[in-house]
Amino acid sequence: MSGKGMNLTLKIWRQKDAQSKGKMQTYKVNDISEHMSFLEMMDVLNEQLIAEGDEPVAFDHDCREGICGMCSLYINGEAHGPDRGVTTCQLHMRMFNDGDTIYIEPFRAAAFPVIKDLVVDRSAFERIQQAGGYISVNTSGNTQDANAIPISKHAADEAMDAATCIGCGACVATCKNSSAMLFVGAKVSQYALLPQGQIEAADRVKNMVAQMDLEGFGNCTNTGACEIECPKGISLDNIARMNRELIKASVK
Amino acid sequence: MSVLDSKVPKGPIKDKWTSYKDKINLVNPANKRNIDIIVVGTGLAGGSAAATLAELGYNVKAFAYQDSPRRAHSIAAQGGINAAKNYMGDGDSVYRLFYDTVKGGDYRSREANVYRLAEVSANIIDQCVAQGVPFARDYGGLLDNRSFGGVLVSRTFYAKGQTGQQLLLGAYSAMNRQIARGKIQMYNRHEMLDVVIVDEKARGIIARNLITGEIERHSAHAVVVGSGGYGNVYFLSTNAMGSNATAAWKIHKKGAFFANPCYTQIHPTCIPRSGDYQSKLTLMSESLRNDGRIWVPKNLEDVKAIREGRKKPTDLSEDERDYYLERRYPAFGNLVPRDVASRAAKERCDAGYGVNATGEAVYLDFASAIERYGKEQAKIQGIDNPSKAKITELGEKIVEAKYGNLFQMYEKIVDDNPYKTPMMIYPAVHYTMGGVWVDYNLMTTVPGLYCIGEANFSDHGANRLGASALMQGLADGYFVLPYTIGDYLSEDIRTGAIPTDSKEFDEAEKSVKDRIDFFMNNKGSKSVDYFHKRLGKIMWDKAGMSRNEKGLKEAMSEIKALREEFWKDVKVPGSANEMNPELEKAGRVADFLELGELFAKDALMREESCGGHFREESAEESGPQKGEAKRDDKNFAFVAAWEYKGEPGDAVLHKEELEFKDIELKQRSYK
Ligand SMILES: Cc1cc2nc3c(=O)[nH]c(=O)nc-3n(C[C@H](O)[C@H](O)[C@H](O)COP(=O)(O)OP(=O)(O)OC[C@H]3O[C@@H](n4cnc5c(N)ncnc54)[C@H](O)[C@@H]3O)c2cc1C
Ligand code: SF4
Ligand code: FES
Repeated sequence: MSGKGMNLTLKIWRQKDAQSKGKMQTYKVNDISEHMSFLEMMDVLNEQLIAEGDEPVAFDHDCREGICGMCSLYINGEAHGPDRGVTTCQLHMRMFNDGDTIYIEPFRAAAFPVIKDLVVDRSAFERIQQAGGYISVNTSGNTQDANAIPISKHAADEAMDAATCIGCGACVATCKNSSAMLFVGAKVSQYALLPQGQIEAADRVKNMVAQMDLEGFGNCTNTGACEIECPKGISLDNIARMNRELIKASVK
Repeated sequence: MSVLDSKVPKGPIKDKWTSYKDKINLVNPANKRNIDIIVVGTGLAGGSAAATLAELGYNVKAFAYQDSPRRAHSIAAQGGINAAKNYMGDGDSVYRLFYDTVKGGDYRSREANVYRLAEVSANIIDQCVAQGVPFARDYGGLLDNRSFGGVLVSRTFYAKGQTGQQLLLGAYSAMNRQIARGKIQMYNRHEMLDVVIVDEKARGIIARNLITGEIERHSAHAVVVGSGGYGNVYFLSTNAMGSNATAAWKIHKKGAFFANPCYTQIHPTCIPRSGDYQSKLTLMSESLRNDGRIWVPKNLEDVKAIREGRKKPTDLSEDERDYYLERRYPAFGNLVPRDVASRAAKERCDAGYGVNATGEAVYLDFASAIERYGKEQAKIQGIDNPSKAKITELGEKIVEAKYGNLFQMYEKIVDDNPYKTPMMIYPAVHYTMGGVWVDYNLMTTVPGLYCIGEANFSDHGANRLGASALMQGLADGYFVLPYTIGDYLSEDIRTGAIPTDSKEFDEAEKSVKDRIDFFMNNKGSKSVDYFHKRLGKIMWDKAGMSRNEKGLKEAMSEIKALREEFWKDVKVPGSANEMNPELEKAGRVADFLELGELFAKDALMREESCGGHFREESAEESGPQKGEAKRDDKNFAFVAAWEYKGEPGDAVLHKEELEFKDIELKQRSYK
């Protein structure tokens, strides 16, 4: 395979820890196969750094199949890189060319402070979910039969579409206002579309939005960038639905 | 008598769980407030347990190495979850689910546990719907089911190709409600590195804060480990990069027996390896085998032509193809259980029929399904004499609606369009049936130490049926452990908080710190991955889909030698007091290097073939079943529970004899 792979220049954000200042640093990797995933290319770089006695680059990842939401790189100015409908771990090197220079940065937002290198702290998302992202039902097993309340296929499918958000934060990283409306809208929508979620609907949307504001996420100015970069195709309709839910909740 | 007491309640199997629940001791609500429980892991097992225990009123501390409970590897499960609801009216029942699971597990699981699992399965679906899990529904608004390999009914509930995600988000939401109430303290980005045992009871853990590197002490009245499976001992698997055996292995070293480590599930439909840089393998859901047909060329000439790019698979006519599953197993065809399908693929590839450059790939072809659905649609839409192109167009739409996300995932990875050309697949390590030994109460051999989910050995015998791991994880966490742990804790209501300044905590912390210091100061020359990849290769070649005495003996000595080399020559950059992913990996690989040896030892001891464990010396020699796995019930109908004795190779075997009172032992035939 040698000789056929790509030679690349990488400009990567290095930052020792949350307190330190970071900067971009330049690295070279050679003979990269187009079949590699982007993170496998990062593995190659890290093995090279270890062999040379340097510190490897820290980045978040786990499932490497686009579902856990851990991976979070901002590549050439785009959250999850140049491909559409994929997470960073699903991005493949065939999207790049021999001789390219690739810029790799963390997901940036005031509410997502850098922990180290390319790893950011997304615990703000956790606290938003804790503020109301649930239905208050105990796990006693003494609930009614699952088929007792029929739910239209359409509502179930739409709720499922909203529920596929993986909580990666690309929507925030890509938004010039660092707004988290797509993420929060998706969760609010999932429950708003289902009969089980109605009872607490008003409190849920108010509490989640209040927590979102508290965490320092910006306002939505309808640029739509989030929808474009979202790896799971979460639609802007979810933001509209959340706004309607919020209005409904405040007139109550 | 064996030292193992499974504590299975007496009485008819149908009544065991109910009468057990009627008789156990309970902890009153006021006392629960004074009792702390540690739950390691927030997957379906740990997440559901943490939420339920907190609802009951206990103080729960939960741990995960990811930055959120929602990212546990349960999130990646695609296909679905079984439950004996019989909504389809196709004859399903608790007994049938119980029977299928025991048979699917090749008669190597404990009957009473499996029956209980089947019994609570229906409740899981009710619970999840109440939580807002958006399962697939039909046009009448009722829940839809699909079928999975190895069974003859449709009992699998699903949420598109993301069932694990939706179930985990359900458990996560239940956890969030308790985190908000302060009943769960959540420790994200924390890794458990040891368990602390005081007066023979599990009383706490030592954990590393993965952001600061700080070593922390946490105490509790009981410790629950739900840390997932150990498939990454093979380096390449469908598990997440961080999936590890450390928590399970550490408790093993402190007295918990480890059962049936050699029972591994190699899943038949995964995307083949593409090169040495490969970091993990991706599963293509088993549901694809409902419509995909598996084949390789009949003639080696065609194989060669395909590998050299002179021919395409679509160039081969029907009679130039060998649909080997349909040929060998006419009754179940492409829907034989996983172990059978995987071995059949390996058999063809070993014989030289593999269709890609590495020689390790077979085709999974949707052309027949596309044509069948296309014709059906043409009829429904009243199109007379539809053209071939029209049929294909209509058929592809149906296939897209069913499997669109999987096809897209395949295309993104392989850069090939599976609607037009068959997918290439090959078996990959996927699930580990073996794990920490537990009794009926899910307690390990250490009092107060529990193990749930994939980390324990309990319900799947030697082979797990599709869609039953999610069922087990949630059954353990929502419906079983909350009862059984109460019975144990009822004796602890006067104990008071467990102090962390005892000598037991000192010692456990010291051993954890010593090991970290060793890694940081070792002047080795090779990275952690270098060793992990070599271990994976030994495991795959000698303790993989097919095993023999010679290979297993070699595996044991090679792993031992590799372990020694690792301790001499591993290089861990960075420092201990910061986020250090290489240090995390080093600890995990050190444990895999021990577990791997015990794994091979267990496989060597088990001189029979059962489920995922295939010993070449134990195959049917003649008759219609020639070449199929041969079980030996007379000598091996037991659970092998290993006791740690210093070195993995010195582990001592304890047998839990398996009794089959409610199911007759039979050869598993899918012919
Ligand atoms: C790709 C894929 C698809 C699958 N599809 C299906 C399916 O369709 N149906 C089905 O029934 N099963 C399926 N399975 C199997 C099933 O998903 C798993 O067996 C199950 O989800 C395991 O759940 P768990 O809770 O036991 O562990 P996990 O979900 O793996 O959770 C482990 C938890 O432990 C934590 N942890 C681990 N070690 C430590 C430590 N040392 N310290 C602190 N925390 C730790 C992790 O952070 C995590 O929270 C699939 C598996 C895979 C890999
Ligand atoms: S809405 Fe999309 S981009 Fe935002 S967190 Fe969810 S999946 Fe990621
Ligand atoms: S690593 Fe899980 S989504 Fe990328």
